[in-house]
Amino acid sequence: MQSIISIKNLSKKYASGYQALKKINLNIDRGEILALLGPNGAGKTTLISIVCGIVSSSAGAVMVNGFDNISDYRKTRELIGLVPQELTLGAFDTVWNTIRFSRGLFGKKPNNPYLERLLGDLSLLDKKNSELRELSGGMRRRVLIAKALSHEPKILFLDEPTAGVDVELRKDMWNIVRRLRESGVTIILTTHYIEEAEEIADRIAVINNGKLLLVEDKVTLMHNLGKKQLAVELRTPVTTLPQSLSTFALKLSDDGSKLTYTYDSMSESAGINALFQAINQAGLELKDLQVMQSSLEDIFVDLVRNK
Amino acid sequence: MINFQAIKVIFKYEMLRTWNTLFQSIASPVLSTSLYFIVFGSAIGSRIPSIEGVSYGLFIVPGLIMLSLLTQSIANASFGIFFPKFTGSIYEVHSAPISFFEIITGYVGAAATKSFIIGLIILITATFFVELRIAHPVWMLVFLVLTCISFSLFGFIIGIWANDFEKLQIIPLLIITPLVFLGGSFYSINMLPPFWQTVTLFNPVVYLVSGFRWSFFEVHDVSVGTSLAMILIFLMICLLTVGWMFKTGYRLKQ
Ligand SMILES: Nc1ncnc2c1ncn2[C@@H]1O[C@H](COP(=O)(O)OP(=O)(O)O)[C@@H](O)[C@H]1O
Ligand SMILES: [Mg+2]
Repeated sequence: MQSIISIKNLSKKYASGYQALKKINLNIDRGEILALLGPNGAGKTTLISIVCGIVSSSAGAVMVNGFDNISDYRKTRELIGLVPQELTLGAFDTVWNTIRFSRGLFGKKPNNPYLERLLGDLSLLDKKNSELRELSGGMRRRVLIAKALSHEPKILFLDEPTAGVDVELRKDMWNIVRRLRESGVTIILTTHYIEEAEEIADRIAVINNGKLLLVEDKVTLMHNLGKKQLAVELRTPVTTLPQSLSTFALKLSDDGSKLTYTYDSMSESAGINALFQAINQAGLELKDLQVMQSSLEDIFVDLVRNK
Repeated sequence: MINFQAIKVIFKYEMLRTWNTLFQSIASPVLSTSLYFIVFGSAIGSRIPSIEGVSYGLFIVPGLIMLSLLTQSIANASFGIFFPKFTGSIYEVHSAPISFFEIITGYVGAAATKSFIIGLIILITATFFVELRIAHPVWMLVFLVLTCISFSLFGFIIGIWANDFEKLQIIPLLIITPLVFLGGSFYSINMLPPFWQTVTLFNPVVYLVSGFRWSFFEVHDVSVGTSLAMILIFLMICLLTVGWMFKTGYRLKQ
């Protein structure tokens, strides 16, 4: 399957001399939700701004649906909707006018029923004739989403969509994102909240200091990189670890009632078997078992620290 | 293929902005022009002999229209592009499938249309104060339209160049207003000492006012052909500058 977005050796050096992106290579699949995960200043906004045509690149190429995003910008841009990170909106126009403006800007003929439905989905119908400057931050965010969707894009970029957003909007937003995905829209969202990537994405790309560290299916990522911990509670506490268990790098809790075994879920399974046998042979009796899987957060912190 | 929808919405949106402030958009140029007529045309003008056979009150009409036209064109066009830059909402224009030609047609077209309408309104206002005659109405409209377009383009350039409100105001205030006042709006160049007549020829507004005034009364400071050529050259320079700005992303794209 051809990628809907293909980024090749993309670099960006700002006029200030700052190298914000370093040879990024990334393919985005049609219809997926990709989370671009990275700390502040990693280069997420720069990357999507280049794809959308707001910032010019220094080197490399971006293909969208098979077209170069510079030489064939009309064909690529009409496919893309962008919800920017900042609440960048005019002041004196109304909600209704501004989304009609957005739709026209992208070359689409007016379609009021569609736009009305869009406002409805975003709980903005009663604000239709309000001026933008009268709206709260959350409402402005909703308007930005409506603007991005006003021309029925096939690709949606959400730049830090939940930064400073209330629970209700967050829920609405994820509902819309899921519905869009079902209708075949490709969604790329940037975030520095790991839970967000974990919650909604199909694949996760981790970026730091302008470098793409990895791109991985979320489940595989969790599986491959996720450390698991097995906590074994003993019926009778011990004071020291039996000699036969020393090869397992176990940690004994202070009160001697709990053994913690850390392992890589990818490689180990034979190890767990051996551990249980060894525990049995040492004459220890199990009271309870507990498995803990590391979150994306732990994975992320590991990655950023190591590379 | 041209993105007509985009041109249409930009144009409409910019016109709508005026509509919302309609009173202020029209009232202020009309009011200031009326004041000029009362002060210069009637009060002072009645004591000034006619210039080349044209009474003073009549003589200043083309200059007054030009004064408003230039100020309005520049103000409208510069604000139209500066404000989205200021709020950040310009991102949308950059990310849209729209060429620089379409952006300019929308923004500059709207600003030029507005000043054209204001020019006509002032012309009508003038008829309340003086008995107006227009020798060459078609040429009058040609000068009017060319001036509106050129100076809206110029305003657009200022709007892109300016990165704060101060810069937005500084060129109209410090350059345009003096040029218009010294550009023969209220006097004939021939009334100046020879040295200043030569200096004045470096003022582009002289050519605008002279050509425009010729279309009314057939009196001129410089030849009509020169006037027309100067406007067209100015228009070309503005077009090339805007083209360069879009090509290099000057103050528009990082
Ligand atoms: N216009 C600019 N000029 C110079 N440096 C910039 C500019 N915009 C962003 N940067 C720098 O580039 C880096 C990446 O920024 P950005 O893409 O906004 O990161 P993120 O969205 O991941 O937080 C940051 O260090 C930022 O300071
Ligand atoms: Mg960012």
